[in-house]
Amino acid sequence: MTDRPFHRDRAEMLPERPAPIASVGPIGWMRANLFSSYPNTALTLLALALLWWIVPPMLDWALLDADFTGESGRECTAEGACWAWFDQRIDQFLYGFYPAEAYWRVNLAIVLLAPALAYLLFGNLPYVRYGRWFSLAYPAIAAFLLVGGLGLEGVTTDKFGGFMLNLVAGLTGIVLSLPIGILLALGRRSRMPAVRILSVTFIEFIRGVPLITLLFVAIVILQLFLPPEVSLDQLVRVMIMITLFASAYMAEVIRGGLQAIPQGQYEAAQAMGLSYWRTMRLIILPQALKISIPGIVNTFIGLFKDTTLVIIIGLFDILGQARLLQTNPDWLGKVDYETFVLTALFFFVICFGMSRYSINLEKRLDTTRH
Amino acid sequence: MLFQLLLVLGLALLIAFIASNTIANLQRAGLASGYGFLFDTASFDINQRLVAYSSTSSYGRAFVVGGINTILVAAMGVVTATIIGFCAGVLRLSSNYLISRTTAVYVEFIRNVPVLLQIIFWWLIMLALPRVRESLSIGDSIFLNNRGVRMPAPIFESGSAIVLATILAGVVGTVLISRWAKARQDATGRTFPVGRAGLGLVAVVPLIVYFILGQPLDFEQPVPRQFNLKGGLNITPELVALWLALSTYTGAFISEIVRAGILSVSKGQAEAASALGLRRGLTMRKIILPQALRVIVPPTTSQYLNLTKNSSLAVAIGYQDIVSIGDTILNQSGQALEVISIYMAFYLMLSLLTSAFMNWYNKRIALVER
Repeated sequence: MTDRPFHRDRAEMLPERPAPIASVGPIGWMRANLFSSYPNTALTLLALALLWWIVPPMLDWALLDADFTGESGRECTAEGACWAWFDQRIDQFLYGFYPAEAYWRVNLAIVLLAPALAYLLFGNLPYVRYGRWFSLAYPAIAAFLLVGGLGLEGVTTDKFGGFMLNLVAGLTGIVLSLPIGILLALGRRSRMPAVRILSVTFIEFIRGVPLITLLFVAIVILQLFLPPEVSLDQLVRVMIMITLFASAYMAEVIRGGLQAIPQGQYEAAQAMGLSYWRTMRLIILPQALKISIPGIVNTFIGLFKDTTLVIIIGLFDILGQARLLQTNPDWLGKVDYETFVLTALFFFVICFGMSRYSINLEKRLDTTRH
Repeated sequence: MLFQLLLVLGLALLIAFIASNTIANLQRAGLASGYGFLFDTASFDINQRLVAYSSTSSYGRAFVVGGINTILVAAMGVVTATIIGFCAGVLRLSSNYLISRTTAVYVEFIRNVPVLLQIIFWWLIMLALPRVRESLSIGDSIFLNNRGVRMPAPIFESGSAIVLATILAGVVGTVLISRWAKARQDATGRTFPVGRAGLGLVAVVPLIVYFILGQPLDFEQPVPRQFNLKGGLNITPELVALWLALSTYTGAFISEIVRAGILSVSKGQAEAASALGLRRGLTMRKIILPQALRVIVPPTTSQYLNLTKNSSLAVAIGYQDIVSIGDTILNQSGQALEVISIYMAFYLMLSLLTSAFMNWYNKRIALVER
């Protein structure tokens, strides 16, 4: 016998050993996420093959094998993309045929949009009282800057084009379709049969036909409906139709929000003695609109993408400018994909930004989860 | 009440105003109104047609051809968009990081770029394919070139009707067997292999009949000639481009709906199923999907309708759908009001039919409260 106690327990704790290398760090992550089972490994390899097949050739095409300088498509001799048009043509892509010496007016209108939107969306800014007035006056200011008059040189709307046309048509539609959509949604749930029937007919009719047929109405029929001495500007007619189109979709989104508000809210507001319009403005709509945010933003995104349809009736927005350049004899057959890549990027940045912002807003306004 | 009266009165006045203006304007322009022009000879050609048509046919006939073309591309698009949407929706939920990210990039990019741009993009790709003499061929039976896709055309010899009839009988038989099997399972708990029986009835029996009758279905292979491909079935580049663009675009939207639907089924359902000992495939088929479908079907219906309406953008690339043919007719005959009213009636009817069918399907799968 020795004095050492006969048991296998240790006298002191061993130091912690690091986790096996296969379960932590990048290798562990890859094992858990990419190679967790045979099918999963197969999928990973398949995805890698697909990426290898797509990404390097695209990089080669867009950057490494591309031509960046030159006066016309004939000077683009490299294998890859031809970006030589960019310097000459980017102004047309942005402003269309707007006179070059008046570009500052468009730029100023866009710069002023930022504070106008900010005061509309956020309540905690300095000088919010004056800011709200500025937001209200912004459409008039923008129209004055873009069209001219009162000292500024006039620019007719057929000079509007490029991305600026998409912005003008899209923003007008967005700003006007929300209030019209709210009225239509309230009308559809109204207790007055005449109002309800009219709203339902309007909404279902507009939602049942493609936007392009409404644009045809704007171009070839609207003039028939009006006395010959009245002549509406073509761009105005198109914007009216885009707005009406978006309003019908907006109305359905908001109706969904209205239906989600429990009956008790209406009854409580009535018990407090609030009138119909005050009930709506103070109690129902703030809650309903909050629920409808994802749908509302989706409608905005759809509306903005739909502004490209104006090329079918002969206006030259950014997509129209791309098509013009593609069929230009100097660039024929050289810039098909390049111009579309640029145009797609413009839309992607704005629409993706809007959808990210809506997710953010939804989280911030969510008062149920804390 | 007074408000409603005023509203109806105002609307009546507006309609009277529009009607009187229209009549006066039409008289001034010396245009005859009415649908009599539909019987006049349309002196243009339509190269994409499923029913007989020649340049001596009437305008009415041309409208029919266009309507069928719209339905054709919409039906093709709905099928592929659903497949793409389900695959992408499931893949985006995959635990495989690479797969879910790649799918997310596809979905977000496609969703945020205007569909018109995508349609024209695919069309430019189709037109950039090699000329007919250098056609890309797949197994010497499918040829890709800048005039479209040419593939073997089926030739139905006598007796092929019997094979088709056996397939139909198989489908009916499978439906009957699945009903009987469900009734028996409800009553006794014994299951019946419906899948295998159905496969036998729909595929194996017709195949046997096909060989007994001496293979009545044959394929006419396209044969490369000096300047052209002879024989086979040609699909125009416009149809292929429109089909690809509409299916990938709508597929991206459907994938988001599918993802939301699967996420809406609570995790406890899958856990309970696995606690009961159901295999993974059965869990998906019997537990998750039936509940997810209730969330998925209504918004998918409106995506189908959107796809149908977006097919009207065919006019931008010259696929001869109803809008594009109607546009030609409008330019030839000047009957703007009538042509656009036909557009609208056509699309409203399609919308009503689609939503009627989907409402019926939705009712079938909806939760039956007991």
